Amino acid sequence: MEDTPFQAAGSPTKQEETVSVLEVLSGAAKRTIASVQDYSQLSFRAMTNLATGPHYFQDTLDQMDDVGVGSLPIILLSGFFIGAVMVLQTGSQFTRFGQTSLTGDVVSLALVRELGPTITGLLAAGRCSSGMASVLGSMLVTEQVDAMRAMGTDPSRKLVTPRVLATLLMLPLLTAMMVFIGLIGGCVASVFSLRLSAIEFWRRAIDVLEFADLMQGFTKSLAFGFILATVGCYKGLSVRGGTQGVGRATTQSVVISSVLIIVTDTFLTKLSLYLANKIF
Amino acid sequence: MTAMPMSTPEASTPITFQDVWIGFNEEHVLRGVTFQVQPRETLVLLGESGAGKTLTLKMAAGLLAPNSGSVIVLGHEVSDMKEKELLKFRQKIGFVFQEGALFDSLTVADNVAYRLREDRVPVNEIEPRVREVLRFVELEDAMELLPSELSGGMKRRVSIARALINHPPIVLYDSPTAGLDPVTSQTILTLILRLRDVYGVTALLATQRLQDGFALANFHFDPETKRVLSNAHNGNARAAARASQTRFLVYRDGKVYFEGEPEEIANSKDEYLKRFLV
Repeated sequence: MEDTPFQAAGSPTKQEETVSVLEVLSGAAKRTIASVQDYSQLSFRAMTNLATGPHYFQDTLDQMDDVGVGSLPIILLSGFFIGAVMVLQTGSQFTRFGQTSLTGDVVSLALVRELGPTITGLLAAGRCSSGMASVLGSMLVTEQVDAMRAMGTDPSRKLVTPRVLATLLMLPLLTAMMVFIGLIGGCVASVFSLRLSAIEFWRRAIDVLEFADLMQGFTKSLAFGFILATVGCYKGLSVRGGTQGVGRATTQSVVISSVLIIVTDTFLTKLSLYLANKIF
Repeated sequence: MTAMPMSTPEASTPITFQDVWIGFNEEHVLRGVTFQVQPRETLVLLGESGAGKTLTLKMAAGLLAPNSGSVIVLGHEVSDMKEKELLKFRQKIGFVFQEGALFDSLTVADNVAYRLREDRVPVNEIEPRVREVLRFVELEDAMELLPSELSGGMKRRVSIARALINHPPIVLYDSPTAGLDPVTSQTILTLILRLRDVYGVTALLATQRLQDGFALANFHFDPETKRVLSNAHNGNARAAARASQTRFLVYRDGKVYFEGEPEEIANSKDEYLKRFLV
């Protein structure tokens, strides 16, 4: 139906085309495959850019500051309470069997292998992946990315590689901080709630850890850092539809990177346990 | 084919579009566009919104590739070049974006200096060159301001300064006066005149306002008196030659509808062209 007399006079109304369900599904499948292909290409380029110049050290340092130092408060705060709640939950079960001294072992293993990297990854995804998507998306819709290309700069080199590299470097450190502060939180909870000795808690928490456990946590944090940075950058650089598109990309980056982190965690856990038995 | 400089006669023609088609989602915006821009010439690209003016500029800069046809700029077949080759090639082209497209987290000086820093120009050379171009656009006092602190017209002027920092032989203007008041538009047009008459750049200027084109055709900048003068009052052959260096190209329904001199479009009886004269 026409909104204005000009439309009424100028252009005839188009007949609405009927589209079959199969066409809709095949269109969606094609778009998904194309997105996966574009994402893979961007991730690959982000890494291969490291091998050749020019490198943007200042941008990488800025991103390290944003991802690392910027995320530290939420990581530390969350870590402390996660450690404490772990002790409260497991301690209440161990009390039934009179084995409260095992609390340190359980909290330590859970934090190093699983909760440390995963929660850090999820928190960083919420904070950094969304930030990357919104910054790059805004740059894209205001033609700043095109301006960059027009001035002879490769946006994947200037915008993506520093973010991916900074996240890869920072996430293992953030994970280590979270695990440490989580153990402090666990120690405080076990001393005040379970009446355990702090020395006993720390001795057991450290003794139970093996090299394979540390490697498992380290590998996971690297993988999660890669996922959240590349997904955030990809969603930002593939924004369609102006400022609304930026909002959508921001939400999608958090959702996709969080889901990918959890799914990847399952496979990495299985792989790490297998390798731990074979190698270490 | 790789991006080798061409030895054909086209190498002397800064910009050549040959049967260029481009579109999205199987709908073509441009359908077989052919034109050339001669050295030191300003080609004013007119068309309604969505006619494909910005697409044309982006193809000339290699930011977009045509679906078919060839785009030859400074003797390079841009449509066949890889992104890596294009990044180097684009250093010879200045692009003034519609909204300025300034980096909003960098100051005016850093925006203008961006290209020089990318090219690893020695630090002591950067500041004088940035001052020089900012003086050219009369914004030397705004060096330390952020783009958010600038007016629309100032943003366009910074964008022009950024585009000409390394004296490119070709400048592409995407609706440089769109959304500006008449006085500010005049300032921007004066800058474009100065750029043409002082540096002798070849330009492709997309606009919806015919008066922009006439301003470029009917006036020139005199470097000696540093004033904008009317060609009509000058009355000599040099001024006439200057005037002839502005041509018009009008898009309609994805094709070139009109191509010619300012007088032809001004005296045209064509109903469609008259719409731009109003």
